[in-house]
Amino acid sequence: MTTVDHKRIGVMYFVTSLFFLFVGGLEALIIRAQLWRPEQALISAELYNQLFTMHGTTMVFMVAMPMAVAFFNYVVPLQIGARDVAFPRLNALSYWIYLCGSLFMNVGWFFGAAPDVGWTGYANLSSLRFSPGLNTDFWVVGLSILGISSILGGVNFITTIVNLRAPGMKLMRMPLFTWMTLITSFVLITAMPVIAVALVLLAFDRFFGANFFVTSAGGDPILWQHLFWIFGHPEVYVLILPSFGMISDVIPAFSRKPLFGYPVMVYAGVLIGFIGWGVWSHHMFSSGLGPIADSFFVASTMIIAIPTGVKIFNWLATMWGGALRFNTAMLFAIGMLAVFTVGGLSGIMHAAAPVDLQQHDTYFVVAHLHYVIVGGAMMGLFSGFYFWFPKVTGRMPNEGLGQLHFWLAMIGLNLTFFPMHMSGMYGMPRRTWTYAEALNVEIYNQLSTVGGVLFGISVVVWVLVMLRSARTGAPAGANPWNSPTLEWSIPSPPLHYNFPQLPRVRTREPLWHDGERESVQAASMAEVTVEPEMPSNSFWPLVVAAGITLTWGLVMTGLWWAPLLGLVPTAVGIFAWAFEDPFPASAHS
Amino acid sequence: MTAHAAAATTDHHYTATGLPSWKVGFWTFIASECLFFGTLISTYMVYKRSSVQGPFPHEILNIPLTSVSTFVLLMSSLAMVLALDGVTRGSRRLSILWLSVVIVFGSIFLGFQVYEFTHFVGEGLTIQRNIFGSSFFVLTGFHGAHVTGGVIWMVTLLILAIRGKLPPERALAVEIAGLYWHFVDIVWIVIFTLIYLIQ
Repeated sequence: MTTVDHKRIGVMYFVTSLFFLFVGGLEALIIRAQLWRPEQALISAELYNQLFTMHGTTMVFMVAMPMAVAFFNYVVPLQIGARDVAFPRLNALSYWIYLCGSLFMNVGWFFGAAPDVGWTGYANLSSLRFSPGLNTDFWVVGLSILGISSILGGVNFITTIVNLRAPGMKLMRMPLFTWMTLITSFVLITAMPVIAVALVLLAFDRFFGANFFVTSAGGDPILWQHLFWIFGHPEVYVLILPSFGMISDVIPAFSRKPLFGYPVMVYAGVLIGFIGWGVWSHHMFSSGLGPIADSFFVASTMIIAIPTGVKIFNWLATMWGGALRFNTAMLFAIGMLAVFTVGGLSGIMHAAAPVDLQQHDTYFVVAHLHYVIVGGAMMGLFSGFYFWFPKVTGRMPNEGLGQLHFWLAMIGLNLTFFPMHMSGMYGMPRRTWTYAEALNVEIYNQLSTVGGVLFGISVVVWVLVMLRSARTGAPAGANPWNSPTLEWSIPSPPLHYNFPQLPRVRTREPLWHDGERESVQAASMAEVTVEPEMPSNSFWPLVVAAGITLTWGLVMTGLWWAPLLGLVPTAVGIFAWAFEDPFPASAHS
Repeated sequence: MTAHAAAATTDHHYTATGLPSWKVGFWTFIASECLFFGTLISTYMVYKRSSVQGPFPHEILNIPLTSVSTFVLLMSSLAMVLALDGVTRGSRRLSILWLSVVIVFGSIFLGFQVYEFTHFVGEGLTIQRNIFGSSFFVLTGFHGAHVTGGVIWMVTLLILAIRGKLPPERALAVEIAGLYWHFVDIVWIVIFTLIYLIQ
């Protein structure tokens, strides 16, 4: 509970996000069961609203983001040749805030009042007048807490990557996954404050009677949509860029070829992160922005397809003529490439405002967003999981079960989400608890439900892979895949200080160049007589995280002084933290 | 194995850029804060003419009074620079003097803000009254909270300085506190210009 080791924190992130994957998945399956037949009333409309809201919120903020952060934590310091992240205690704080915020939001279930206004929380549906219950309170407060975690994590990873690279690891020698982590972190620290303000405004409306989204007082609900999507679209790239980074490391390793067009891959990533800031209103075509604004956002959205397309072709070119090995990690990488492209293509369809007006709020949009988040982000995470599993556990993942996982996931996700294109085209609206028989979409919904169950089974198989391989998998050795980057030069699992001596890097693929490989391994595998000093454990991050959660939780009382009570433990934690010696006392003697 | 890398293994202050990680991290945090205040200020600007009932900004905002408090806050930044200079030179006397000035000036600014808020509430402008009240109090309130946090930080540094625990080797702690303080100051210049001067 007091660890500050980036590897342990990475595993904690992973296990927690896996737990919430099951929570969010269960919510999805209940939704699918309700939609099995038209005009069915398996669950109430109120519960349905809570389920789809929490499904979206959980999958985005408690599964996809933190699972990527789990990999940032475990892999990035190893890839750049560092002993830990720049701020190990801050890293622990990010994790504890993530855990507290996630639990806080789910507490709503026990009051029968889980959030029910959609993961986008559109004002003024989410205003006090239209959502008087506790439901939205839990959403506003919980999401605010989660946002703090992301900002602190972003600061930490930017500093780590900028400052803790091993000697010779220039920016343009960094593995692509580290690059995408850097870009994702920049997007996080700039996008999260915007949603934070939006949530603050909504919180003031709800708890202290302010008028930000009260139309009778001159408030404008469209402002919420702008603020939400100025955050929300960069957030989409927060979800997908880590996955791009992972398969950019996986594909070269299993093709035995350096990544095709490395600099262009980096620039394309930077461009995606950058242009991602100028496309938000394509979520708002139906709110009537006017032709000038619409045209701008149509154009910018279509432009962002270019760097994404560049990446896809570069991955294909990397595989071209390579000595391909179809291990599970590689299968997921190729699967991601195929399925994500389907989502990318329907994205370009949405980019055209007139088309989007037809598709807005239908299942067509649901199909698109799941193709990019499940087909893009999750498939990439699966690929990264099989790739780095030997490094983390020291044992090989079970290939047979792994490939079963892959095929179940691949069939399951396509069967779930492809028919949604059809039901959407026929006009089935999203976020509606049932549909009319006359719409003739029953068959598509039943296909989706079957696919959802298959995908659910695939996730269970995934857990079986973890349990079995971690105990009985073959010993992996330092570099089972013959990969080129630094994390594969150290033992699996790594020592708690990672590198006995910091390696000196001369190329992008240090382990693929004779001469450099030997010198890097001499440093990475060196026998040490005196262990490097590592930061000592601290429980103050846990105290501060609890304090922050308490502070925000007390905002729900609507008394202006109540949150100040929560600031007391927060302040105690911060001061104790500031005056605590980060290194063990013996290190000074 | 080169001598350089061997030296790096024994030094946990090694960084790739040569800059201390705290400084890089804090600049990154400030970038994030820019977006936070940027969004709050944009919200104020969007809602500038949206209130359906008074009091309206031009009826109630007091430019001369706030000019005084703005001047005091700006001067505190000067004191901050001198405090850092005092710490870097290893002068306990100068560090204590200028840190105290920062604290006093920061507190004066907060005093003005408390007076202003109380006065406005007396005039009928509350957070609930109209959209100007909502956006004004939330924006300037968040800024005031940042100043308050800064004052507490400075008091901590002052106590360290008085106890003689702020030698030149720890100047980085003061420099980073200074970065924060100057940032909060600059934000106020934007707020003062956009809200008070350009009505």
